[in-house]
Amino acid sequence: MQWETVIGLEIHAQLATRSKIFSSSATAYGATPNSQANLVDLGYPGVLPVLNSAAVRMAIKFGLAVGAQVAERSVFARKNYFYPDLPKGYQISQYELPIVARGAVEVLLEDGTRKHIGITRAHLEEDAGKSMHEGIAGSSGIDLNRAGTPLLEIVSEPDMRSAREAVAYMKKIHTLVRYLEICDGNMQEGSFRCDANVSVRPRGAEKFGTRAEIKNINSFRYVEKAINYEVARQIDVIESGGKVLQETRLYDPDKGETRSMRSKEEANDYRYFPDPDLLPVVLDQETIAAVRRSLPELPDAKAARFVDAFGLSEYDAGVLTAGREIAAFYEDVVQRVGGDPKLCSNWVMGDLSAQLNANNLEIGASRVDAAALAGLIARLRDNTISGKIAKEVFEAMWAQGSSADAIIEARGLRQITDSGAIETAIRDVMAKNPGQLANYRSGKDKLFGFFVGQVMKATAGKANPAQLNELLKKMLAG
Amino acid sequence: MLHTLTIAQMAAGLRQRRFSSVELTQAMLARLSASQPRLNTMITLTAAQALAAARAADADLAAGKAGALCGIPMVHKDIFCTEGVLTSCASKMLSNFVSPYDATVVARLKAAGMVMLGKANMDEFAMGSSNETSYYGPVRNPWDASMVPGGSSGGSAAVVAARLAPAATATDTGGSIRQPAALCGITGLKPTYGRVSRYGMIAFASSLDQAGTLTVTAEDSALMLRAMAGFDPRDSTSVDSPVPDYAATLGDSLAGVTIGVVREFFDAGLDATCGQAVRDALKVYEKLGARLKDVSCPNLPLSVPTYYVVAPAECSSNLARFDGVRFGHRCENPRDLMDLYKRSRGEGFGAEVKRRIMTGTYVLSAGYYDAYYLKAQKVRQLIAQDFARAFGEVDALVGPTSPTAAFALGAKTSDPITMYLNDIYTIGANLAGIPGLSVPCGFAGGLPLGLQIMGPHFSEARLLNLAHRYQQETDWHARVPSAWVN
Repeated sequence: MQWETVIGLEIHAQLATRSKIFSSSATAYGATPNSQANLVDLGYPGVLPVLNSAAVRMAIKFGLAVGAQVAERSVFARKNYFYPDLPKGYQISQYELPIVARGAVEVLLEDGTRKHIGITRAHLEEDAGKSMHEGIAGSSGIDLNRAGTPLLEIVSEPDMRSAREAVAYMKKIHTLVRYLEICDGNMQEGSFRCDANVSVRPRGAEKFGTRAEIKNINSFRYVEKAINYEVARQIDVIESGGKVLQETRLYDPDKGETRSMRSKEEANDYRYFPDPDLLPVVLDQETIAAVRRSLPELPDAKAARFVDAFGLSEYDAGVLTAGREIAAFYEDVVQRVGGDPKLCSNWVMGDLSAQLNANNLEIGASRVDAAALAGLIARLRDNTISGKIAKEVFEAMWAQGSSADAIIEARGLRQITDSGAIETAIRDVMAKNPGQLANYRSGKDKLFGFFVGQVMKATAGKANPAQLNELLKKMLAG
Repeated sequence: MLHTLTIAQMAAGLRQRRFSSVELTQAMLARLSASQPRLNTMITLTAAQALAAARAADADLAAGKAGALCGIPMVHKDIFCTEGVLTSCASKMLSNFVSPYDATVVARLKAAGMVMLGKANMDEFAMGSSNETSYYGPVRNPWDASMVPGGSSGGSAAVVAARLAPAATATDTGGSIRQPAALCGITGLKPTYGRVSRYGMIAFASSLDQAGTLTVTAEDSALMLRAMAGFDPRDSTSVDSPVPDYAATLGDSLAGVTIGVVREFFDAGLDATCGQAVRDALKVYEKLGARLKDVSCPNLPLSVPTYYVVAPAECSSNLARFDGVRFGHRCENPRDLMDLYKRSRGEGFGAEVKRRIMTGTYVLSAGYYDAYYLKAQKVRQLIAQDFARAFGEVDALVGPTSPTAAFALGAKTSDPITMYLNDIYTIGANLAGIPGLSVPCGFAGGLPLGLQIMGPHFSEARLLNLAHRYQQETDWHARVPSAWVN
């Protein structure tokens, strides 16, 4: 039997507001437990929520960016369940009337095809606190710093057919929320995480299979692994005559497997109803239009422009627009160099990205800034240095923080373009290697490389490679 | 006889230096203490704080920087959070809860210079119509100690009726201000939903709860409401509209005012004496120049079942925070989390509260939501439309506050439906969010009766005007239970 995988994602993006969604407490990560929990966050008797309008603006931004409908009227609802890290005994969320509905994004797959992924809805809600089961003998601790942090829950259609597609979609949303500056995207800190709804069905079947929901996955790698594990598990269950149960599962990254958390029967009846403490969110068209005017150039538009204006491949344009910062950096380099956008993209995506990755740095913290990189590329383009030397210069720039010109001068790396000087070096090498010369002239063409190497060695790599090739061929021929 | 003075009279006396706020406060504290064994009106007395506040008020009065309410003693219903003072909501659940903050109502009245004497008894979590569900025991009616004072603001109402303090705050979710006002023979005002901040008022049913006043006269209510009302940025449902000077329009003429007489209020359940008292009151209004008009609110009889879906639904969620984890009652030696929840809540809540939590949980459950909660919300809209239509024809609606005068303690505790029907005339105003007021309009068998006046949203000035003009013509409100005259 051929199986088809069906995946839908629920992404939780923590909105980058300074204060919580319904209280004035700070949202900063990593504070002392419960130092950012006021009476509202603690659910004290008599306290009331007041909606943070910044969170609403962020949700509107997202809705507009995915071409969705931004609701003129949306309603907060209470999701009722008991848990110690949920102080009120209910989570304030949106249920029947979310602020964003019916959007979509396009993702570029590795084979170069594009895929449309529908976004069912995105709604505002508050995060819960954290239960801490370690380090406190005989009891559990509760940290409510995170309680009330604003989340945008982005629910996709079941449009993805493989773990890779799911990852591509998740990355797309990740890029988008950072472009919009509504989420810092920090996955280690849990600012961006997802639940994956996974099912399988015989290829060609209309009906969806029974799905399992894998909760709280907080890295792209784990999403791929968890889905692949779950797909294999479900196929295995069915093929060995069993039935997939509708249940909530947890991914264990250490063991690389998913585990059952609770079945459908054990699931809470959340008893949603409109929260009487909060008025419906009513947005007029002017407010929505004002948010639309404030939107930055979005990644898809930017990538298309990079393809058009700079002649980049779709893939390169995608990489260079994956973040607002890297795109701005790249454009800055191109502008300073004044041309050759392909060469610029090679450097940004190549040596620069490699150094950033190796040092675990964001582009904003790069030790070689756009002006410095442009200075290096300019020396390449005017033949002051060769591509090989350029790599050496770049390493030195990264290490010392100096300009390309300063390093080229200090190390005497200026390329030899004087034909006379190159000819002298060639003559010298030929004189020192009469045997190889004879062999070459008797037909051993492969020895050409030997002579190139010897001349480069003699000129400390500074001979202009194109000139060297041309002159060497002529002189070896005699 | 300081204790028989109204707020307005006390304010005048304070300004004329006939007595000080400390003297008033001492007199009232003494009456509260002395009455406690017989009436059980209070959960907490805050004598030391009250005297300190009174001294500060006297200083302000002497310095000439005192407002109309400065130095006037009062009590808060124990549903309002009071910083540093036990705020129990008359529940075992919160019998150890000292609030770390003041409710907006408390803060505003404090800023106005009022002197809090303590916290009044009430039905547990404001759930009850007789003040018999309190963890601290029932409150007794000052007119007859074998009778209930009404509820849920029974302590607040009995305090004012027995002249233990001239004023009390109260809350009204389905009649909890107006019904005890009627049963205790005083003036009770439930303002428009959103007129007074709910911040710091322990929630029962958030879409219905509203804070208001219990006083001897409409004039006193006007003075107090002005200080309590107004937009509060901490309550999203409080309304940002100016607060009028309610006292300024109390004496306005009623000539040309149209009063609607709601047909549905004169039903089979209405006690005959009570109905006659209301009709007599209508004659007074005619004499004052008002025009009477019969109106119908056909959906009003559905208000009790509608209320007993909506209010429990909200309460089941509002009371979820009482889980024994952060504050309030916690059971001894819980075995695990579920045991902690079950026993803390099982031990902390009384029977009526549990009944409502269960009802509310049921009506919100999957498969029942549409049939109960959603349908109740639709009926609620119909009731609101009935009122809106009526207010297209009349300026105010009048009827009885409660079907009967006060009933005996224990008479209805075994039959919740009979108990719930006590609020049949008052619940409509909560469902529609409109203001309602009860003024004394007569007696039946020595027990007071209440006349209810309702108006469109934000018509408090008109209601107070109607009540005040009636009180100028009658003395029902000025009568004091004989046991408490001295």
